[in-house]
Amino acid sequence: MFSRIRAELPALLLLGALAVAPFAGFGEGYLLTLMARAMILAMAAVALSLLVGGAGLVSMGHAAMMGFGAYAVVILDDARIVEAHVVLPAAILAAAGFALATGAVAVRTSGVHFIMITLAFGQMAYFTATSLAGYGGDDGYTLYARTQVAGGRLLEDRLAFHYVCLGSLAATWLFCRMLLASRFGRVLRAVKGNPMRAQALGFSPYPYRLTAYVIAGAIGGAAGFLFANAAEFVAPAYISWQRSGELLFMVILGGLSGLHGALLGALGFVLLEEWLSHQWEHWRIIFGVLLILAVLWMPGGLSGLPAQIARITRRG
Amino acid sequence: MSTTLLLVQGLNGLQLGILLFLIAAGLTLVFGVMDFINLAHGVQYMVGAYFAAFFAAQTGSFWAALLLALPAALLFGLLLEFLVFRHLYDRDHLAQVLATFGVILVLNQGVKLVFGAAPLQVPMPDVLTGGIRVMEGLLYPVYRLAIIGGGLATAGLLWWLVERTKVGMLVRAGATNAPMVAALGVDIRRLFMIVFGFGAMLAGFAGVLAAPILSVEPGMGDNLLILAFVVIVIGGIGSIRGAFLAALLVGLVETLGRSMMPDLMRLFLSASEARQVGAALSSMLIYIAMAAILAFRPAGLFPVRAS
Repeated sequence: MFSRIRAELPALLLLGALAVAPFAGFGEGYLLTLMARAMILAMAAVALSLLVGGAGLVSMGHAAMMGFGAYAVVILDDARIVEAHVVLPAAILAAAGFALATGAVAVRTSGVHFIMITLAFGQMAYFTATSLAGYGGDDGYTLYARTQVAGGRLLEDRLAFHYVCLGSLAATWLFCRMLLASRFGRVLRAVKGNPMRAQALGFSPYPYRLTAYVIAGAIGGAAGFLFANAAEFVAPAYISWQRSGELLFMVILGGLSGLHGALLGALGFVLLEEWLSHQWEHWRIIFGVLLILAVLWMPGGLSGLPAQIARITRRG
Repeated sequence: MSTTLLLVQGLNGLQLGILLFLIAAGLTLVFGVMDFINLAHGVQYMVGAYFAAFFAAQTGSFWAALLLALPAALLFGLLLEFLVFRHLYDRDHLAQVLATFGVILVLNQGVKLVFGAAPLQVPMPDVLTGGIRVMEGLLYPVYRLAIIGGGLATAGLLWWLVERTKVGMLVRAGATNAPMVAALGVDIRRLFMIVFGFGAMLAGFAGVLAAPILSVEPGMGDNLLILAFVVIVIGGIGSIRGAFLAALLVGLVETLGRSMMPDLMRLFLSASEARQVGAALSSMLIYIAMAAILAFRPAGLFPVRAS
């Protein structure tokens, strides 16, 4: 029992830190906005980590899932439907439906094919969003107001929104954590490790992988719902394949050894991006170089760093 | 839609297909031989266009720019291979995707740093300006026809290289079964460097060709890269023939779809709805085509890899 808690300690510490942050000197509006952004992206990253780490499905189209969630908010907002009990399920269903339709084709493949096909479907969503002239097309769409919860404007309050994001993130993490530990998760990992052997044991990989893909898509849709509400603005740029690449970077930056890696990676990514963009106009050059160096020299990610350092010092 | 418009769009589609083929050819071989997924292949195209813009500004001549940009693109590709890519061959696809994504970030921003964010123009060569009367009442730009001609000639050359030379034979063998080729005593790393450099040069060539008709700007290769991926997936990884046919298919479907879909939709919907639905549908068309082809042939139209 104790060792199990210890394994979850990094994630629990991170979530705890986010919970007390508003009262520990990080309560300014600008910082709350930044943290909300980080937590929402972390939600999508945890779902992606479930796919990549759990099922070995490297999706380069995960931003499209967020996009479907966000555009569900937009389309309902345009029709003046702003009740959370309608909008949130719609966002989740839209993303899950897209994941089901594209996953049905994509999950049949693996490796490089899967990467390219998810990339292509992501671009399809992107170009579809840019062609939605009624919803701002390329320029994006500004929401009339944030989604209402039970007729109230709960999400308008920065502090309340902070805890809604945190609660969603914690729930996502817990859900994915339990999913990975369940029989379903074990089959997923078996399929990832050796599809042939899993098949010989009587598990057809296809339904398991497709289910994981749809679940990750649904979580992405929920993240997209929050993202649209955080910015009160949605643009096709949210769905671009660069954003999918960034989500993947968050997962790898944090490390694939557990879901807490995705949490750490998303927070680290947002902070790094924020800090660097204030240093130099062309900060993306440094960002790209750091990305390359991280991939080449830090295979365990941030969460694997202590072990890596320990290994190096022991050798030296 | 009139026949004239159809012909023009058909030629435009062919021209897009040719450019796509030049990019996809290198990509599919690099994939095929080394199982290496290179997202940064699209920026090779951009770099080629920037080299063309730079040399054209220096020399004032398109032809000199073309002659200088090709070896420059080759050298740049080899430099990237040396600095980044060769450290990734033994890593998984995830690491390759991310590191090459990092290369995209660096180069897209790098050209902004060096050349500024504003689009650059490359003058068209004098010989190729103006139009040709393709049929009654239809003037088609000579330069676009030259792109089609040049691209087809390059495709022919590539076919000869791959099908009729010893290096080409090794490349084909490598795409089918790389470990076996290495076991037979071929230096697969050197073979890959040749393929890689050549692929970078082809993508650069596409960039040079496109420079006078498109604006040369940061990120110009990103969208073409995705289309090139679609081409490779449809054509079958490692297959030049598949890449050629799929590139033309994608080029034609993309271009014709964009011009015809809104008209087609008008048969069922009101004018404004037709415009929107048509635009949305036409942008999905090639991806739907890809999904349909993969549903029946998961390894693409011309699979190469030995299973």
